[in-house]
Amino acid sequence: MTTIACPIPAAATDRVQLGHGSGGKMSAALIRDRFLPHFANDVLSQLGDAAVVDIGGQCLAISTDTFVVQPLEFPGGNIGSLAVHGTVNDLAMMGARPQWLAAGFVLEEGLPFDVLDRIVAAMADAARAARVLLVAGDTKVVERGKADGVFINTTGVGLRTPDFGPAPARARPGDAVIVSGPLGCHGIAIMTAREGLAFEAEIVSDSAALTPLVERLRKRVGNAVHALRDPTRGGLASALNEIAAAARIGVVLDETALPIPGPVAAACEMLGFDPLYVANEGVLVAFVPEAQADAAVAALRSHALGRSAVRIGRAVAAHPGMVVMETAIGGTRVVDMLPGDQLPRIC
Amino acid sequence: MKYLSEYRDGRVARALVAEIKAAATRRWVLMEVCGGQTHTIVKQGLDEMLGDVIEMVHGPGCPVCVTPLEQIDKALALAARPDVIFTSFGDMLRVPGSDCDLQQIRARGGAVRIVYSPLDALELARKTPDKQVVFFAVGFETTAPANAMAVWRAKELGVDNFSVLVSHVTVPPAMTALLAAPDNRVQGFLAAGHVCTVMGWTEYEPIAAKYKVPIVVTGFEPLDILEGMLLAVRQLEEGRHEVENQYVRSVRRDGNQPAQDLVSRVFELVDRSWRGIGPIPRSGLGLREEFAAFDAEKRFDLAGIHTTEPAECRAGDVLRGVLKPFDCPAFGKACTPEHPLGAPMVSSEGACAAYYNYGRFRSAV
Amino acid sequence: MCLGIPGKIVAMHDTQGLPMGVVDFGGVRREVCLAYVADEVKLGDYAIVHVGFAISKVDEAEAQRTFAVLREMSQLDELEWMKELAP
Repeated sequence: MTTIACPIPAAATDRVQLGHGSGGKMSAALIRDRFLPHFANDVLSQLGDAAVVDIGGQCLAISTDTFVVQPLEFPGGNIGSLAVHGTVNDLAMMGARPQWLAAGFVLEEGLPFDVLDRIVAAMADAARAARVLLVAGDTKVVERGKADGVFINTTGVGLRTPDFGPAPARARPGDAVIVSGPLGCHGIAIMTAREGLAFEAEIVSDSAALTPLVERLRKRVGNAVHALRDPTRGGLASALNEIAAAARIGVVLDETALPIPGPVAAACEMLGFDPLYVANEGVLVAFVPEAQADAAVAALRSHALGRSAVRIGRAVAAHPGMVVMETAIGGTRVVDMLPGDQLPRIC
Repeated sequence: MKYLSEYRDGRVARALVAEIKAAATRRWVLMEVCGGQTHTIVKQGLDEMLGDVIEMVHGPGCPVCVTPLEQIDKALALAARPDVIFTSFGDMLRVPGSDCDLQQIRARGGAVRIVYSPLDALELARKTPDKQVVFFAVGFETTAPANAMAVWRAKELGVDNFSVLVSHVTVPPAMTALLAAPDNRVQGFLAAGHVCTVMGWTEYEPIAAKYKVPIVVTGFEPLDILEGMLLAVRQLEEGRHEVENQYVRSVRRDGNQPAQDLVSRVFELVDRSWRGIGPIPRSGLGLREEFAAFDAEKRFDLAGIHTTEPAECRAGDVLRGVLKPFDCPAFGKACTPEHPLGAPMVSSEGACAAYYNYGRFRSAV
Repeated sequence: MCLGIPGKIVAMHDTQGLPMGVVDFGGVRREVCLAYVADEVKLGDYAIVHVGFAISKVDEAEAQRTFAVLREMSQLDELEWMKELAP
C-alpha cells in the first residue's frame, strides 16, 4: 500500500459560481462577505424576508426578488406568476399586507412575443388574485445569449400594523413548527421540465400567494405567530436553519410527519435528492406557541391552500442554531444547510 | 414506493436491532463497501443504535472518492476546451482537482452538463454534431454496463463526436488489498448490492475462504442494512465465513449475464490507481483497443497531465477504514463540505461528508 | 454504487434496435434501457434501475418471502414485550 494521498485543497474561488445562488451556505456567505460590509444598517442586517421601515408611525414593509428560473414555463406556472407570488410572499411572511409591486424586465433579443404574452398575462392574473397593483415597471432588452429568455425583478411594498409582527428572531423554545402544505412540488416540477434529466411526473408547482393563509392565522392566533417563512430556494431545511440561527433555538423535526407527496418522494429517490432541500413556492412554515398550535393548524386548514397543514416538529432550547430530525426508524440526524445546490447523483 | 418504502418500516427496524443485540456476544468490526450504504447508515443513525455490538468502518465504496486526482485533472482540461461539451454525473462536479473543480470550470465559461444516464450524453452528441461531447465514465461495476452500452451504441450508430474519459474501478481487488493490509481490523463485510446485481457473488467466494471473513451481499434501505448486519453477526458468532445474499430481491449468484458480456466486450481489466490508496493491479476497467477511437485520452492531447498526490489529508486512512472521519485533525476545521480537502468530504456519499452532515450532532452532545 | 431504485415497467419498445421502455417509479416516469433484462421482463414487472438502465428484475416472490420473515420477527418482538408486562 503506498503512502496516504490527498489532493491540494481547492483554491479559494475568485468568482461567482452557481452555488452562490442556491440559497444555501454559499449564498449566505456571499451576502455576508461581499454585500453587508458595504451596506450595513439596522434594517438590512436583520435579513428578514422583507425590510420594515417606519414612516412617521406607519410601518412599511419592502421586499425585492429577482426571478431567473429556467425553464420559463413549467407545470403550474411561469416566471411571471412566480415573480408576483415570490415577492408578495416575502412581504406576507413579515406580517405585512402586500399592496404595490414594481417590476423590471430584462428581455433577451429573440424572445418570442407569444411567450412574453403568456408570462405577462400570468403576472396580471397573479397580481389580481393577490390584490396587489403593479404601479411601476421598466423593460430593457439585451443581446441574444445574455439573458436566458427573460429575467424579472419585482419589488413589493406593503403595510404592517404593530399588532402583528412575525420575525425569525421571535421563534421560541416550546413553539410548534407547522407547515401549510405538501413539500417539494415546485423544485421537482422545475426539474421535470429541464433537459438532461428527462423524466415525467404529475407534479405541478405549488406557486401561490400566501396572503390568505397569513390572514387566517392572524385572525385566529394574532401576534402569537412568532415566525413565518416561505421555504423557497434551499427548501425547508434552509428556512428552518435560518430561523434557528436568528432566534438561537434548536429545532427537532419528526420525519414521519413531513407531508411529502408520493411522486415528489419518487423523483427525489431517482435523482438522489433530499426533499428537505427542494424549493417550495406556495408553502409557509410557522412557529407558534404550543398552546395555540392546534388553532393555528385549524386556521390554515380552513383555506384551500392550507388544507394539508400539519405539525412537523418543535422548537427546543437544546443545540441552539441546529436543526435535527428524528428518523422513521428511530435514529436522529442533523439537517444542516447545504453549501450549494443539490446535484443529481449516481452513488 | 413499492419495494422501497417497506424497507424503512420503523417497527421492523427496531426488531432487527434487538435481534442483532441478542445475537452478539461481543463487539464485531464490519465494513460496508458501498457509499450508498454509508449514507443510509449514518443518515439513519444505524451505527449509533448498534454501537455497543458493531463497529462500522466505512470502505472505499464511493467511486467519486477514489477517482484518482490525475483523472480529475484530465476531466478539467477537457471541460475547459471550447470545442468540448463535458458531460458527467452530478456527483463529480465538486470533486477538487489540483487547482479547481468542474463547477469552477463552468464558472469560467466551460460547457459542463449534468446527465442522468450515459445514453443522454450520447443523445446530446447526436444533437450537437459541431461539438465534441465527452462523457466522464466513472463508477464501479454497477455503472459499467451503462457506460459500455453508450460506447457500443456510439460505434454502432457512428456518433464520431462522442468519447468517454474512463475511470472505472472494481470492488474485489480493493477488498483483497484491504484484507491483506497488516493493520486490517475488519472482520466481516457488507458487499455492495448493486455491484453484485451486475456481477453476482462468485468472485467473493475465494475472498471469504482465504481471509476467513463473512461477506453478506446487502441492499441499501435501512432494513436491508440491518438484516445484512444480522446475518454477518450470526456468521461471526457461529465461526462461519461464507458469502450470503441478503438482497435476494435483486441479486442472483451469477448476476446479470448480458450486462457482464457487453462490459467484457467493450472494457478490459487494467491497473488503476485509487485516490487515497494507491495503485491496485487489475482493479480498473479501460476501453478495449477496438473502441480506442472513443477514448477521450487518445482523442485529445492529455499527455502532459501527470499529477502526484501530495501526502497531507488522511483520506487514504479513512477510505481504508483505519481512521474515523472525526479523528482526522482536519475534520470540521480545515476540511468541511464548503472547503473540502479530500474527496470523502466532497462526495455526499463520502464518509467524511456523511459524518459531518449527519453526525456532528452526536459529537456535540 | 449505488443509486438503483425499483420501478414498474409500463411500456416497452424498440429504439433503433435497442430494447427500451418506460418505467414508473411511484408516479414519476422515465425512459429506461431494458437491454440487460429484455429476456426476463414483461409489462407490469418491477426492475431495479441505475442511471437509466434496468439491471435486474425484482424477484417479487423472494421479496414477499423475506418481508414476511421480517414482519414476523417484529411481531414476535412485541409478544415478548407483552409477556414481560403480564407474567
